[in-house]
Amino acid sequence: MVDILRERERQVYRKGQETSFQLDCEKQSVAGSVSQRACVFCGSRVVLYPIADALHIVHGPIGCASYTWDIRGALSSGPELHRLSFSTDMQEMDIVRGGEKKLYAALCELIDEHHPKAAFVYATCIVGVIGDDVGAVCKRVSMEKGIPVLPVHSDFNLAGETWIIRDYYARMGVQVVSCITGDGRIDEIRRAHGAALNVVQCSGSMTHLAKNLKDKYGIPFIRVSYFGLEDMSKSLYDVARHFGNKEVMQRTQSIVREELDRAMPLLAEYRRALSGKRAAIYVGGAFKAFSLVSALRLLGMKTVMVGSQTGNKEDYEQLRELCDEGTIIADDSNPLELSTFLEEKEVDVFIGGVKERPIAYKLGIGFCDHNHERKEALAGFEGMVNFAREVYGSVMSPVWQLTPRKRAGTLEVVR
Amino acid sequence: MLLRHTTDEVLERTALTVNPAKTCQPIGAMYAALGLHGCLPHSHGSQGCCSYHRSTLTRHYKEPVMAATSSFTEGTSVFGGQANLLQAIETIFTVYNPDVIAVHTTCLSETIGDDLVQIIAKAVGDSKVPEGKHVIHCNTPSYVGSHVTGFSSMTKAFVTYFADPNAEKSKQINVIPGWVEPSDMRELKCLAHKMGIDIVMYPDTSDVLDAPQTGKHEFYPKGGTTVEQIRSSGGSAATLGLGLSASTAAVDALTAKCGVAGTMLELPIGLQATDRFIDTLRTTAGVSVPDAITDERGRLLDMISDMHQYVHGKRVALFGDPDQLISLSEFLTLLDMKPVYVVTGTPTPQFEQRFMDATGGNTPEAKIRAGAQADMYLMHQWIKQESVDLLIGNTYGKYIARDENIPFVRHGFPILDRVGHSYFPTVGYDGAMRLLEKILGVFMDRQDRDAPEESFELTM
Repeated sequence: MVDILRERERQVYRKGQETSFQLDCEKQSVAGSVSQRACVFCGSRVVLYPIADALHIVHGPIGCASYTWDIRGALSSGPELHRLSFSTDMQEMDIVRGGEKKLYAALCELIDEHHPKAAFVYATCIVGVIGDDVGAVCKRVSMEKGIPVLPVHSDFNLAGETWIIRDYYARMGVQVVSCITGDGRIDEIRRAHGAALNVVQCSGSMTHLAKNLKDKYGIPFIRVSYFGLEDMSKSLYDVARHFGNKEVMQRTQSIVREELDRAMPLLAEYRRALSGKRAAIYVGGAFKAFSLVSALRLLGMKTVMVGSQTGNKEDYEQLRELCDEGTIIADDSNPLELSTFLEEKEVDVFIGGVKERPIAYKLGIGFCDHNHERKEALAGFEGMVNFAREVYGSVMSPVWQLTPRKRAGTLEVVR
Repeated sequence: MLLRHTTDEVLERTALTVNPAKTCQPIGAMYAALGLHGCLPHSHGSQGCCSYHRSTLTRHYKEPVMAATSSFTEGTSVFGGQANLLQAIETIFTVYNPDVIAVHTTCLSETIGDDLVQIIAKAVGDSKVPEGKHVIHCNTPSYVGSHVTGFSSMTKAFVTYFADPNAEKSKQINVIPGWVEPSDMRELKCLAHKMGIDIVMYPDTSDVLDAPQTGKHEFYPKGGTTVEQIRSSGGSAATLGLGLSASTAAVDALTAKCGVAGTMLELPIGLQATDRFIDTLRTTAGVSVPDAITDERGRLLDMISDMHQYVHGKRVALFGDPDQLISLSEFLTLLDMKPVYVVTGTPTPQFEQRFMDATGGNTPEAKIRAGAQADMYLMHQWIKQESVDLLIGNTYGKYIARDENIPFVRHGFPILDRVGHSYFPTVGYDGAMRLLEKILGVFMDRQDRDAPEESFELTM
């Protein structure tokens, strides 16, 4: 067993161990760790980027724009302005003299050329240090050009998921006023305050927004998950119940019945092969992990390790309740720990993001991406079938019969 | 039309870069550091930077990429990053146990003004660096140069920290390969081996970023140049630097520090550039070229002869890193193709001159641009004004290729949507054959796809 960093001892928990459960989380990574986390800028870029008819400009040196240029699935049914990567590409003199003038000029050049509905200006960390007043520049441009220009100091439409969910609501007879942020449009977002209910998927960022909308406009909100059959059904029922309309409820019941009838026989096939296999999960926000544990359980699989980059106390408590004895729960983990957990628990499939994938493959373990590189929708009833097919395809691949792990029956992490 | 917002009218821009043909310095330093055996790259800055570089390298190589971060907080930017780096060094040697920590800076730590020489000296003074282990560094402010600059600076740091002026004199030759793929580095070693020449090459990412599936997650794969090899390079007979932008700094540093004579060549991509590489190796080492290599060259020449009619006169747009673009332009010119648009975001002194030298002025209509506002948006606008037959560049070119219906060959960094670049070289004669094969492949696939039934041919 690899020594876990002393400072990290309290960020890893094994369900069933004697100690009382109090996982340390929401703390800074130890300097020198190979952390899987990113930064605040990354978060805001990922959340707002799917607003397809707005202009998104990164104020900073070129890297921040390059690395976030179209890195996540964000399908648009119309405009594609968000696919372009705009940057002020700050140079040494901008750092010395300040970048406000350059930002102003860049914004004007862009707005004159593209006439967007709104502009988001992402202030990178360096901009805070050199003291550019990004807010003032935005205000000025907003006045001069007559569109909202919003500073962003510092989830989504992966693989067309929004479209699936919109379809369910349409069939229920519930009007979707605005969708933030998957395949989003500025005019829709402007109408958002007229909604009767906010339905929030994804944990941190959007819950915060919903709380604001509640405080300011008195719109109630509910948190849902569109992933997995149970959670998907529950979400639709929760929304239907909110409206207290008998017809809506009846329509919802028949949608759920129809969809389940279609999905269950397919899932049964996959379950036969996957039953008893072990899974590990490492995701960004912990909220995703809840649904994943349930979905894997539906496939007869056991979650033996689950962790997240940014979960909070309530998240981890909920995970502990959800998981079986012996499951490892980890906050802000790193590749060394993850490899060790995969090895120790003899995992068959690892569910994570871009940096976790090759670790799984090197160990001879199947993998399913549940983050930015998703190609197929995982939301909704059909998403669950996609998920099962993908897990099945990776876990059962013949390639693993040739890898040393299966031959020797052990895994090894070499430092 | 994914890039439907791109217009054909070129408006002069003063402050704006759109669809960059470059990225920032630190990722280059990280890539170079991975070519040192047993090295853990370390990003001195916020953890986002480190995460981006690891993700991009992982997407390009499909390999685990390990690197640590100083995990700056808001407090760090007020009080400086010394405490973070000292703690990081201690943590890394305790937990991850590398032979070398290669630190690069970020725009944040540069602007705060952290003095890495002083901090590393303090770490050594405080005994945080175990016996026989090393901490090296280079400065990589993201607001200067590009990823190529960062690669160049880290390679130079290998010389500064390790090359030994008192190393035993030997007949070995140093090869500084420039920013090429692990497959290319493997091919360069192989060519030298066939000629019977001992070389030491750094950085060397072969067997690091193209590691075999062994059922193990090797934190430090078996590849990479060892510290001992770099030490010995101070006593080598000569240095051969490949790629003027990426390798000149290290070659010059080696001459200045250890008195090893250096020769700079463009990257050996294409027939003539490979000729110069082989010939320089031959004369420097005083050996003759074996038949095996002469035959490789002959096969390449044969392939060009067989297929020259299919590529004659084709107009090509290329974007990417300066060293690659220059050698590719030379090879395209030999193939009787026309490199008409050549764009790199990396500020490159003498870029036009190098292009002229490489192509002999054969494409007078060529538009060349390097540095500020030399981006893919501009190149796309040029293409809209007058189209091309082929586009060569990294994965980001696929938007333009799709919108403008242009055959597309992926080359450069990053390639996020295809495999092969880690395994099949484009340097050397065999590498040139692969390039030509890929170019011919996209032309002929296109012809088959578009041909009306009456002119759809079995043989082409």
